[in-house]
Amino acid sequence: MTLSDPTLLLLGAALVSATPILYAALGELLIERAGVLNLGIEGSMLVGAVTAFMVAHGSGSSLAGMVCAILATAAFGGVFAALVVGLRLNQVVTGLAMTILGSGLSAFLGQSYVGLTLGAAGSAATAASGLYVAGGLACAVLAALFLRYTRPGLLLRTLGENPAALDALGLPVVPLRCLYVILGSGLIGLGGAFISVVLTPSWVENMTAGRGWIALALVIFARWRALWIVAGAVLFGLIDAYRFRAQVGGASWIDPHFLNMLPYVATLVVLGLQSRRSAQGAGTPTLLGVAYDRERR
Amino acid sequence: MRVEISVAALLSLVAFLSPAHAEEPLKAGFIYVGPRADAGWTARHDEARRCLEAAGIKTTFVESVPEGPDAARIEQDLLGQGYKAIFATAFGYQPFTQKVAKQNPDAHFFGIAPTIAPAANIQNVYGKLWDGRYLNGIVAGRMTKTNKIGFVAAQPIPPVVAGINAFTLGVHSVNPKATVSVVWTLSWFDPPAEKQAAVALVEAGNDVIAQHQDTASALQGAIEKGAFAIGSESDMSGIGGDKVLTGTVWNWCELDKRLIKSVQDKTFKAGDYYGGLNDGVVGLAKISPMVPADVAKLVEEKRAAIAAGTFDYWKGPLKDNKGNVVVPDGKTLDLSDIQKMRWLSEGVSGAVPQK
Repeated sequence: MTLSDPTLLLLGAALVSATPILYAALGELLIERAGVLNLGIEGSMLVGAVTAFMVAHGSGSSLAGMVCAILATAAFGGVFAALVVGLRLNQVVTGLAMTILGSGLSAFLGQSYVGLTLGAAGSAATAASGLYVAGGLACAVLAALFLRYTRPGLLLRTLGENPAALDALGLPVVPLRCLYVILGSGLIGLGGAFISVVLTPSWVENMTAGRGWIALALVIFARWRALWIVAGAVLFGLIDAYRFRAQVGGASWIDPHFLNMLPYVATLVVLGLQSRRSAQGAGTPTLLGVAYDRERR
Repeated sequence: MRVEISVAALLSLVAFLSPAHAEEPLKAGFIYVGPRADAGWTARHDEARRCLEAAGIKTTFVESVPEGPDAARIEQDLLGQGYKAIFATAFGYQPFTQKVAKQNPDAHFFGIAPTIAPAANIQNVYGKLWDGRYLNGIVAGRMTKTNKIGFVAAQPIPPVVAGINAFTLGVHSVNPKATVSVVWTLSWFDPPAEKQAAVALVEAGNDVIAQHQDTASALQGAIEKGAFAIGSESDMSGIGGDKVLTGTVWNWCELDKRLIKSVQDKTFKAGDYYGGLNDGVVGLAKISPMVPADVAKLVEEKRAAIAAGTFDYWKGPLKDNKGNVVVPDGKTLDLSDIQKMRWLSEGVSGAVPQK
């Protein structure tokens, strides 16, 4: 096999289109394992994307853009955490509001950046895309090891399964949940930043085009396991890359509309299969979406 | 009830006393479907609005208005503020514009053709973008070395399909051996997907990539992979440099001025209006210095001929890419045929996704 081998090229393209979803889904995994359902993921990705582009454009450094994107989305996640963990607002409604807020805020901030390019910083970031892809895979392995083998990982799982037990041990449930929402949001922002700085490099309103929702579905698809998220993201990336390659040089034997729908079909199938298992085995954090209230345990 | 009567009396008193009673100069209100800074469709309409301002006509705008009932409310608002010429610059506003137009027979409305919701005071406009794409095809056909050209297309609707066919006919007019591969993203707006599509085309050996999308991502992907690119909607040479060979551009400025004038001198005509190369609604982006002078000269000749109506590339015999004759010898296509186009021309590799 050479570098121009079509299979290798397809795989390369698949990994690149899997990466933003991988980061976002890993971030969401941390948040959901802590027992918080974050539907603001699309908004967070957009905040990350616009921050990264603005900073990279201003400073000429894509790395600075990435770092600021993580910080900005972490702050954005902090607001969400304060609302749903601190004030115990409804997580579904608040999450959806955060998506709408994020898309509006990013559109507002990015107004004067539409149609600009990053120049040398952009080409350098694109050339280094392999690093970000590898970084995503490394994060997934680290997250898997962390959740399975470490004490803080066990505590994280317990946050979503039985926060009352942690509280009884004298551990601070609310601050810990906030911490994971903030950390996870930072990772989600990195996924958005990858799209605006490495993948395209450009900024346009709503440029994530629904990838946040796919990441959300992926966490369910992977049944809250980090390595399965990698598998799901690569599968999505393959479909994404294949749907164009199938059309090149001849009529595709599968309708592209059908290929676009596949990731969602796969999620529904997995959800359907999951319903047949016991709630324990399905991997859903038992208290996902339920705010912790010491008075009501 | 008494409150209502007194309010009505007060309103009529205000109306009677206000200076608006005198003949006011015409003001134009614009409604955009996207943000002004989208570098494409809406940006071009906003440029036309600023052009009207420069010509001394007072204008205002509302941006990012979805193609839904909000449009009607915003049109009412604009009318209330005295903007009696409304430019509703998206096809999907039509049903809502129709309602407002029927309630306000003294105002004039300009939408996007083809008309599906007519009224006596609505004129819908669009441009024969495909004529520009034919000229782009000439450049692409002469610049390709692999004889393989790629086209990143958004949605399988007739204006896009007609653009691909016109582009291919242009390619074949100078290079009958070349093929055009179409990839559908099925989205007007998905920058990562648009770029992926362009990259896939370049990796399959296509060395010139054209596009019909709202962003410049396909163009960026093509150039990054070392291919030539052809822009769409606005002049994209600022994004890709000399490797952007040319492209098609919307110019609404002169048309909008004429539309305003038609209201002022009472020559307004309801119905459809299609601009093109002749009136400049459809134009060509700057031709790159990398394109040889004889090619640029040929493009200019064809442009002049199409604009003058002396040259028609839709003339038969034309075959589709399955070998069926779609335009018999001696026939040609008129606007209504193009508005229904669902076939791809001979030389296009790909298919129109079925709805």
